Amino acid sequence: MSESNASATRITPGNALRPEDIAASDVKPSEAVGEYALRLGDDALILAQRLGWWISRAPELEEDVALGNIALDQIGHARSFLAYAGHAWGKTEDDLAYFRGEDEFRSCHLVEQPNGDFARTIARQLVISQYQFTLYARLMNSGDATLAAIAAKAVKEVDYHRDHARQWVLRLALGTEESRRRIIEGILLTWPYVGELFEDDELVTGLDGVAVRPSDLRPAFDTDIESLFAEAELEVPAVPFAVGGGRNGHHSEHLGYILAEMQVLAREHPGATW
Amino acid sequence: MVGGSTTGDDGSKAPSAEQPGHPAAEPWPLWEVFVRSSRGLSHVHAGSLHAPDADMAVRNARDLYTRRNEGVSLWVVPASSIISSDPDAKGQFFESPQGKDYRHATYYTKSEGVKHL
Repeated sequence: MSESNASATRITPGNALRPEDIAASDVKPSEAVGEYALRLGDDALILAQRLGWWISRAPELEEDVALGNIALDQIGHARSFLAYAGHAWGKTEDDLAYFRGEDEFRSCHLVEQPNGDFARTIARQLVISQYQFTLYARLMNSGDATLAAIAAKAVKEVDYHRDHARQWVLRLALGTEESRRRIIEGILLTWPYVGELFEDDELVTGLDGVAVRPSDLRPAFDTDIESLFAEAELEVPAVPFAVGGGRNGHHSEHLGYILAEMQVLAREHPGATW
Repeated sequence: MVGGSTTGDDGSKAPSAEQPGHPAAEPWPLWEVFVRSSRGLSHVHAGSLHAPDADMAVRNARDLYTRRNEGVSLWVVPASSIISSDPDAKGQFFESPQGKDYRHATYYTKSEGVKHL
């Protein structure tokens, strides 16, 4: 094991693994591990782009900052995963973020969904943070040292995102008639995209001991959601699942617009720095 | 004031009740935030924020005041619970110690024979 790989697993508060460390590392993942890291990184990147929209638009300044912090955490995770994935093909995190087309993104449909009102964003946050929390908690034990180290840093941050979403679900559901109506609607609009998160495919089953099998995360997700919804006096909606396919590059109509906004500057001025 | 101000800092342009920033227009109460920067030190006033309740106030404080490793502990206190001294009563409250140097240790001369004071 090389020196840089060994250091990737040393996570202490003052010595967290940074995307720059991963970019400078000479640990090269297999293409399969790279593909897996792309999925994780793309989820975080697209979610961050969506959440960034809330800056200056949240109900209160404090929520601007809270959602902005969450978006920045997600960008940090995306940078780490994409920097690592890039080593499989000799690409940088920026190559992957700014110069891939829609069908090359591996993000799930959930993170592409529109922000809607604050309640709909919170419903989306609830699902994605709950999923990411159980995912990273298990990925910490991955046989891949870099993925394990990224997950070890990310899990604490995502734990906070999860708490933020749960606090707001409770307040909106048990608040006023209007806030309750909105969170119920947000949950209804969000739930069709839950199923895709927990689908296994050949890539993850082939990476046994490295990747976390999505279907293994479902029981913990259901238990956590059920207990929260019981407290919030909400029901888990019985809605049909939307057609997924994000992991294979099949996306909803939303992703193209998200990428256009996210990538335009880098594509207009390739190599620009500021 | 260059560019004008609607914050009411200069007292001349206080926002009206309908404008953001005016207490009457704020749906969430104000909280004062205290951050302890490391173990063994005291909590120090860091600023204030709005939050709907105490639980959210602690979370907002985390987001607003500890983003750069500033703290290991947070307190939030409803601003309405803080009783402050009257800013117009500076004379009565704070001028009395002036001229009373004997309240400082440095006023006293060291006795002979006391070596390590």
